Amino acid sequence: MTNEFTWKVGGAQGEGIDSTGEILATVLTRMGYYIFAYRHFMSLVKGGHTNYKIRASTTDHVYYHGDDLDMLVAFDQLSIQENEDELIEGGIILHDAKFQAQTKREGLRVCSVPLLDMAKELGNPIIKNMVAAGASAYVLDIDPSNFYEQIEQQFGKKGQELVDLNKTAFNKGYDYIKENYPDVRRPAPQATRPSKGYLLMNGNEAIGLGAVLNGCRILAAYPITPATEILYWVLANLPKYGGKVLQAEDEIAACIMAIGANYAGVRSMTSTSGPGLSLMMEALGMAGISETPLVIVDVMRGGPSTGLPTKTEQSDVNGALFGSHGETPRVVIVPTSIPDCFYQIGRAFNLAEEYQLPVIVCSDLLIGMNKMGFQDLDLSTVDIARKNIVTQEQLDALEKGAFKRYSLDTESGVSSRSIPGMKNGRYCALTNEHEETGLEIEDVPMRKAQMEKRFRKLDVLEKNINDWGFEYKGAETPDVLIVGMGSTQAQIEEATRQMDGLSWGHLQFRCLAPFPKDTQKYFQAAKKVYVIDNNYTGQLTGLIAREIGFHDKLTPVLKYDGNPFTIRDIVTAVKG
Amino acid sequence: MATMADFRYDKATWCPGCGDFSVLAALQQVCVRMGLEPEDVCCVSGIGCSGKISQHFGSYGFHSLHGRSLPTAQGIKMANQDLTVIAAGGDGDGYGIGVGHFVHACRRNVDITYIVMDNHIYGLTTGQSSPTSKKGFKTKTSPQGVAEEPIKPLELAIVSGASFVAQAFSGDLKQLQRLIEEGMKHKGFSLINVFSPCVTFNRVNTYEWFKENIVNFDEEEGYDPTNKAMALQRIAETDSVCTGILYQEQRPAFHEVVLGATEQGTVKVPLEIPNDEMQALIDQFRRA
Repeated sequence: MTNEFTWKVGGAQGEGIDSTGEILATVLTRMGYYIFAYRHFMSLVKGGHTNYKIRASTTDHVYYHGDDLDMLVAFDQLSIQENEDELIEGGIILHDAKFQAQTKREGLRVCSVPLLDMAKELGNPIIKNMVAAGASAYVLDIDPSNFYEQIEQQFGKKGQELVDLNKTAFNKGYDYIKENYPDVRRPAPQATRPSKGYLLMNGNEAIGLGAVLNGCRILAAYPITPATEILYWVLANLPKYGGKVLQAEDEIAACIMAIGANYAGVRSMTSTSGPGLSLMMEALGMAGISETPLVIVDVMRGGPSTGLPTKTEQSDVNGALFGSHGETPRVVIVPTSIPDCFYQIGRAFNLAEEYQLPVIVCSDLLIGMNKMGFQDLDLSTVDIARKNIVTQEQLDALEKGAFKRYSLDTESGVSSRSIPGMKNGRYCALTNEHEETGLEIEDVPMRKAQMEKRFRKLDVLEKNINDWGFEYKGAETPDVLIVGMGSTQAQIEEATRQMDGLSWGHLQFRCLAPFPKDTQKYFQAAKKVYVIDNNYTGQLTGLIAREIGFHDKLTPVLKYDGNPFTIRDIVTAVKG
Repeated sequence: MATMADFRYDKATWCPGCGDFSVLAALQQVCVRMGLEPEDVCCVSGIGCSGKISQHFGSYGFHSLHGRSLPTAQGIKMANQDLTVIAAGGDGDGYGIGVGHFVHACRRNVDITYIVMDNHIYGLTTGQSSPTSKKGFKTKTSPQGVAEEPIKPLELAIVSGASFVAQAFSGDLKQLQRLIEEGMKHKGFSLINVFSPCVTFNRVNTYEWFKENIVNFDEEEGYDPTNKAMALQRIAETDSVCTGILYQEQRPAFHEVVLGATEQGTVKVPLEIPNDEMQALIDQFRRA
């Protein structure tokens, strides 16, 4: 495709790979490119191999970093070994002259650039990232003025000296390639500068931002990759709105603090990843039976146990759907993209509060920790709808002590709650089965009635889930249906562009519980269904079979090596 | 003004003679004496006999999970510091599964009063050893006697940074009331460990046993509860069988020092952010 290009920088962890990538990502975004930036990293602080890939397009939003690579900047030999297979025929490697580059591929253009030496000459080895940026800019034919502008904005406050140093480093890299490898070019397609700046954001930031704008005022969490950035962003931005962030002693405490805070009337959440979600399972039941709103964000990573902490997977879904002891209604949302993280967290708060139940938002590392550029967020979607809280007037009108927190007299299954501090609204939220005022009971009819009341919420919810719980594109009655959940949206959509001649449909789930049953008709029509499941056991495939059947049509397409699906994976599975 | 009746709710289901009745009564009396209204108090409990207190107490309440009364209570206090928050539970609940939360609540100095009804045994599950059971104590799960050293909640609280540590006895209602009141008035985390005998399953640590063995530091001349070293030494000398205010220090409560501290409870801060400020938050991500 001529409207896009891909670039990657690789090296040892701790060598400034991310900052090198960030420079280019920022400049490209400022220039009006849509980008997706992907970080490949390991669970260690220094050493190993890490890389940062950017895919840029002049015309369309980019939701995925792409299967192929046009140009690689290698800080070490390992970066070549690990990434050369991804390079296109005739692809370019710029490598640091500090080592002799070896490649098993033929037809690549390999350029040796003294990145580190030039940086050292300037008195600061760290600045090799700017030398690499300069060298890349020549190859990509990007006007240096774009970088100057960025350098001035980034370092201007720290003084002219630093600005000049960075510009010099940039020019050194640019000039070196120009003089020594003048013909090694991969001209980037021309970007048209937008009228205003694009946003560059990852899914974790989108979740944090969405939570704060949608009225979340307490976050209790425990640090865990790949969810920690949610904690960082909220910590940096919530206190000025009177909100509190607490780093709890563990995930059990974090989740239960969020329940306590919600019970006391504050929109609150916790954020975590797989191992943390496991610890929160008893709390999930606590929120369910006490009918306390709760939002849990689970940024999924490779499991089981501590598994692959820096790699992506969609394998917490069964835990989110069925976890905890006993049975409790819950909502499980799987956002389909980085901007969607923003929209779905707002929805999560409203649903949790309206239906007084836990809402689990399962994002994953692919969209959680990686960045994408996009035009804007739609603020009109921010709608803090506080529902089903009694008013003081309603409580005043009751006889003393007559408030029934768990009243059975409710069609929707939701009984209005009071907030501590409200007069005559006293109740005890109980994790034991209870009668209408909250007193512990074991009698048969009441137990049944309370269970039925709690699950009645789903009847109402199921109706509204079909409006937003999935997206469908393609033929009205497709022969081949490709199905995915959450973040695999991008690759499936791109794969369908290579499905010429096929009658195809693409169904992407955004909500898994309650299950959007309106999707049935697409399964009904299809002769063959491919389920793109980023896990070993086919969790989405299993859910579909359980909810609507079609066992004989479902072919799971599984990936569990820690990497996101490629477009090629999907095309190959479908077209053979 | 609220009366005792306002702080009563439902009939307590503890065994006749259970020490927990005194704790409930003392708590109710203190709330009345302090002029508190039921809607401004929240009592959070865990699981076990002691956990029932949140149902029997006439304020807002949360009967949470085993060992989880403190995180629940801290979440509530974070949400609304204007509430008087009491966490309550037993020794199994608080010093077994909940001991991690206990240590962290002490160091955080959240302004809640934590009342532990300590009977040295698991009552509701019919008589197994608890973390505070004395070494050698025979129960259903320790037929040859408990092999481990007991948890020492008083010392643990003090070294963990609790700013108010007291111990009371269900057989001395007057002192129990006074200590609960002092704990509730104290700004910061207060532990009141209460010897609350289990008359059904613990035949060793009975009312009589406590009466014979307790040393009352409140009546001890020269005892200085602000002296940490003295507190630790004297508690050890009595093998923790002592009552009174054992340790107290003045230190800001968590809600006063937490980032984003507000004058009023978080629950009262506005949820809507003005449009221009929402834009400013988004603009952090704008590359232009």
